[in-house]
Amino acid sequence: MTRALYESIRAHGEETYPHECCGALLGRSTPEGWRVEDSVRAGNTRTDSAHNRYSIAPLELVRIEREARRQGIEIAGFYHSHPDHPAQWSATDFAEAHWLGCSYLITEVAHGKAAVTNSFLLAGITEEEKQFVHESIQLED
Amino acid sequence: MNIFIPTPLRPYAEGKDAVDVNAATISEALDALVRTHPGLRKHLFTEEGKLRAFVNLYCNDEDVRYLPEKEQTAVSAGDTLSIIPSIAGGAVFEPTRR
Repeated sequence: MTRALYESIRAHGEETYPHECCGALLGRSTPEGWRVEDSVRAGNTRTDSAHNRYSIAPLELVRIEREARRQGIEIAGFYHSHPDHPAQWSATDFAEAHWLGCSYLITEVAHGKAAVTNSFLLAGITEEEKQFVHESIQLED
Repeated sequence: MNIFIPTPLRPYAEGKDAVDVNAATISEALDALVRTHPGLRKHLFTEEGKLRAFVNLYCNDEDVRYLPEKEQTAVSAGDTLSIIPSIAGGAVFEPTRR
């Protein structure tokens, strides 16, 4: 992805701090992995526990997917922030990850500033054998 | 009706992002979909044949779970069915007890 896109995703986490931000990554599949071309900010529906939980309304996803389809790209993955918590997937992240083959980007936001950002590919053929695999993020200027 | 296939399920639908089926209800549309693309079945349904809990179905902009007739809702050729796995998670930070 471009550095500008990467920074805009990280900035989203700073804006919603101390709550978690979330959104979708749109792009194209390449032999080297996802080429992320755009991102869409989503609302966090977990207003009851927004500091440590996130959820995107399915209808919002339906609309994001429809728009991606119109642009000829697809949902490549999702991003969210971990306010004052490491950029590592949690048991909750894993249990609630169902988009096999997609990337899950996590940004640690420490005291309101974006710190480490990691990406994890949800690998595996079925829900029963899924696993998160750390993947590198390559930035273009 | 046209069924939109989400990114993770496209490999099981010959890479297609949408599949057109002839069906009178949502249930019939899903049956037709997995009949044409049998590899989709285990990703959409449990072994008992129930839709997996994390799979959301939207008929146009309506959540199928909240339609009065749910999956028995009548559909026409111009309707769309979106299959959308849920998206959620979070850090769920638990302070260390001392």
